[in-house]
Amino acid sequence: MAVHNAHPPGFAHQFEDMEQQREAGSLGMWVFLLTEMMFFGGLFATYIVYRALYLPSFEIGSHLLEVKFGALNTAVLIGSSLTMALAIHSAQIGKRGAQVGFLITTMILGAAFLFIKFTFEWHHDYIEHLVPGFGFVIRPEWGAPGAHVPMFFCFYFFMTGLHALHMIIGIGILTVLTVMAHRGRFTPQYHSPLEVSGLYWHFVDIVWIFLFPLLYLIGGRYAGGGH
Amino acid sequence: MSTATLDVHEVPTGSRVNYLNAQYGVKSWLLTTDHKRIALLYLASITLMFFVGGFFAVLMRLHLIEPQGALVQPETYNKLFTMHGVIMVFFFLVPSIPATLGNFLVPMMIGARDLAFPKLNLLSWYIYVIGAIFTLYAVISGGVDTGWTFYTPYSSSFSHTSVVPTALGVFITGFSSILTGLNFVVTVHKMRAPGLTWFRLPLFIWAIYATSIIFILGTPVIAITLFLLFLERVLHIGIFDPAIGGDPILFQHLFWFYSHPAVYIMILPGMGVMSELITCFSRKRIFGYSFVAFSSLAIAIISFLVWGHHMFVTGQSIYAGLIFSVLSFMVAIPSAVKVFNWTATLYKGSISYDAPMLYALGFIGLFTMGGLTGLFLASLATDVHLNGTYFIVAHFHYIMVGGAVMAYLGGIHFWWPKITGRLYPDGWARFAALIIFVGFNLTFFPQFMLGYLGMPRRYAVYPSEFQVLNVMSSAGASILGIGYLIPLIYLIWSMRYGPAAGPNPWGAKGLEWTTPSPPPTENFEEIPVVTEEAYDYAHSTVTRG
Amino acid sequence: MMGLLQFGSVFFSLAIQAPQLRPEAASSIAEGVDHLYFVLTFITLFFTIAIFSTIFFFMVKYRRQADNEVPPETEENLPLELAWTIIPALICAGLFLWASSLYFENSRPPSASTEIFVIGKQWMWHIQHPEGVREINELHVPVGVPVKLTMTSEDVIHDFYIPAFRVKKDVIPGRYSSLWFQATKVGTYHLFCAQYCGADHAEMLGWVYVMSPADYETWLSSGTPSQTMVQIGEKTFNKLGCASCHVSDGSGRGPSLVGLYGKEEELKTGEKRLVDEAFIRQAIINPNSIPLRNYPPIMPTFRGQVNEEQVLQLIAYVKSLASEERNSNGK
Repeated sequence: MAVHNAHPPGFAHQFEDMEQQREAGSLGMWVFLLTEMMFFGGLFATYIVYRALYLPSFEIGSHLLEVKFGALNTAVLIGSSLTMALAIHSAQIGKRGAQVGFLITTMILGAAFLFIKFTFEWHHDYIEHLVPGFGFVIRPEWGAPGAHVPMFFCFYFFMTGLHALHMIIGIGILTVLTVMAHRGRFTPQYHSPLEVSGLYWHFVDIVWIFLFPLLYLIGGRYAGGGH
Repeated sequence: MSTATLDVHEVPTGSRVNYLNAQYGVKSWLLTTDHKRIALLYLASITLMFFVGGFFAVLMRLHLIEPQGALVQPETYNKLFTMHGVIMVFFFLVPSIPATLGNFLVPMMIGARDLAFPKLNLLSWYIYVIGAIFTLYAVISGGVDTGWTFYTPYSSSFSHTSVVPTALGVFITGFSSILTGLNFVVTVHKMRAPGLTWFRLPLFIWAIYATSIIFILGTPVIAITLFLLFLERVLHIGIFDPAIGGDPILFQHLFWFYSHPAVYIMILPGMGVMSELITCFSRKRIFGYSFVAFSSLAIAIISFLVWGHHMFVTGQSIYAGLIFSVLSFMVAIPSAVKVFNWTATLYKGSISYDAPMLYALGFIGLFTMGGLTGLFLASLATDVHLNGTYFIVAHFHYIMVGGAVMAYLGGIHFWWPKITGRLYPDGWARFAALIIFVGFNLTFFPQFMLGYLGMPRRYAVYPSEFQVLNVMSSAGASILGIGYLIPLIYLIWSMRYGPAAGPNPWGAKGLEWTTPSPPPTENFEEIPVVTEEAYDYAHSTVTRG
Repeated sequence: MMGLLQFGSVFFSLAIQAPQLRPEAASSIAEGVDHLYFVLTFITLFFTIAIFSTIFFFMVKYRRQADNEVPPETEENLPLELAWTIIPALICAGLFLWASSLYFENSRPPSASTEIFVIGKQWMWHIQHPEGVREINELHVPVGVPVKLTMTSEDVIHDFYIPAFRVKKDVIPGRYSSLWFQATKVGTYHLFCAQYCGADHAEMLGWVYVMSPADYETWLSSGTPSQTMVQIGEKTFNKLGCASCHVSDGSGRGPSLVGLYGKEEELKTGEKRLVDEAFIRQAIINPNSIPLRNYPPIMPTFRGQVNEEQVLQLIAYVKSLASEERNSNGK
């Protein structure tokens, strides 16, 4: 049997050394994010096809969303990516308290995003009868161009819902990381779980940065006619 | 590797600790993170699904003996061909070689102790099982009748069968593929033994790597497609149903964007197995290593660009048809290159006729024929006549059954001694290989003729002038079915009663053959250092041991 | 061995063109498609037999003589590698060019085609001749005359396939697809649905009757006299109130349809669309997906009020409206 030296905590025995483990973990996360890009990408492609086909309806739907909450959420998420990066930086310079603090702040910001989305947006849409399958009401003022507004909202809820699911999973991961950080598991030499989770968190942020303009900012006006 | 000879003494299995006897009990299997045990978990579940899917095929061929149908109602027949397709494609062919042989061999071939993410590997198996349970539930709860291709709007708005559980089952199992592909890519990049450069890797690894690229890039798209289908069916949004503003052809684009590369998922690992079998049983280095290695990557990449050839008659523009046609011709070239290279490897070799080699030789011929019939379908003018007929059915079965399944069986037989530490009866194995080859050809060759004559596929009843060819095909299917049962029996028998195998019964090159049979849990006592090229038979004396 | 015997017999049969292995060739493109098919068959059999024979030959000639025999290393041979990469590529290029040019020819209906309309629905074919005759699961056509089929589906995707003519096209709900053929032999030929469409997909069969032009005329005028598609379309046009907005002199709320077919209409976005069958259908079923430049979007949709057959009749009527010069602003 191979002689077992004292391995650092968190070492997994299929690897030869921590360096290999760290590289494998990092590559693994990048590959996983690539699959996520293809996953969201398929959905975005379908959305773009129907937006092109039914632009008037999608415009109406988009204008029923409140840009201020979308923008606020964008700021919240970007802020959370900043705090995540700062958490990793704190680990790199060995500051345990700062790690925990920044991780908790990231979680709070993530939770704030979800709170804004679920209460001010989704719940509000539900009350306004804009949730397909849950009492959607077609409004007469939309007229004929509004025939496909329900489809817009289907895409809206599916895309933001899928994104929110990824956020929730991210917050779960952050919880675990916070506990580990609090116990001093991360050192300047070993903090790859933080880095790898940071990659995931930044990806979820970037998906939102695409979602926001695609859904909230459809604003074309036809030349020679209002809407 | 410093060993010039591959002669290692036989050690009786029972007296040594290996991955099979290191721990006992159900929990030690269901909670294992050992890639070799996980490979066996997959082997068991995949074999089960193969025989379920195969059973449906037997029923179908029995039914088609008579023009008006001999066995079941048309509604039932439609469910049979759907479930046969769903199970065989998603629950057998896609995982077959990667999840069994890949899981077992990838770490061993590269000199590693396990995959990069062993717990993720176990999770992959559980995800596969959960997906399979959903689909089997669909089977029991009345079946599904949309065809494995789930074309809309039939599947989204018209069928009254268990579409949702089936779509969900396939959706879930897709994640098993994605995680397995991820695991393989990271493992091959980061965990190769010292001295094992990319161009010293066994070609099986190249093939698995190329397959994993397709797993990673393609499977998420079918996942989202099936999820959209699920939403459409439940909420009637209008994505795919034209009656409410949707586009049914969009579904086909999304579906085939994955499902075409998927067929290369099903054949590339088999090609990797071929390279291993041909080199071992002719005791020669592969002819044209780089060409074969790069052809795997070329196939993986070009496979993403040809999906439209399934849709030539949907009314797509002539120009789109031209582009997909030329790319479909292009994707055939790397496969041809491989076939020539394998054949050239045999030249001036030292060839033995063991069962794995018989499967390999069957593969090469049948894959060549299946692949060349693909040219009929890449050709726009002939595809118009042949699309939707039995010609297509024959084409893909030649590749999937004559190719992929034979490669799978060849690989199972080749590595069986390593995996189980037992030898199987060679006479029976060769006999079964022959039966399978004969049965296969008798089943599917008549179907080319049926297709050209104009018999459409997915027909529960057919005009009587097609009966003779259908009866021939069904006769072949019964022979083929028996052929598949024979290895099931003797392989299981050998696990208990087969003679013990030494570390290298075939005298093969490759790091996996330097370990005892079966290997210890950690694979290697010491991680080997690799100094020679792959398949370096010429520079060593070889002894079977 | 079995495989070789089968290949041999097929090759021989194809060589003598035994009818039981080759479908009837009854259209102007069938021979061309068959030529390509035979060449492809020859290439397939040639390479399959060549590979199989080479392998058998090597297996016998180089079979293992002794258990520890190790053969000498084979030299690399780049020219050989390149040769068997480039030669298949050239063969493929040749096949692609041949097949594509055939496909081009076979896809473009000659301009003077007889037009017949097909509606697929679970599980039957409705066929409508412009002269008014309707058929179910049968298609009568004259020989030697190009026939263009314009097709749509009422429900799911079907596929209209006449093996003897070597033509096939998906029939898709919500849009029109078309194929054309010119029958060359009087006779009766199979018609199949070739896209799985549900329970009775296999029973969605029919017959194509190719008749001499004289017989075809006789057949068209026999039976109960019926109105032409244009006449029925006009009736529907008036019954549904289309005429109240689409006044022929352009004084109504909607555009005049006289001479409109075949012209271009400008949309609000500046984009120009050709007024063809698909455009007219879209205007009837989903008018607000076509925002016109000069008209407000007030046309109601007729989805659910007309079936596909009636849409085709309305289109036939619109096509028939005499062509007059239209003013530049559409009025």
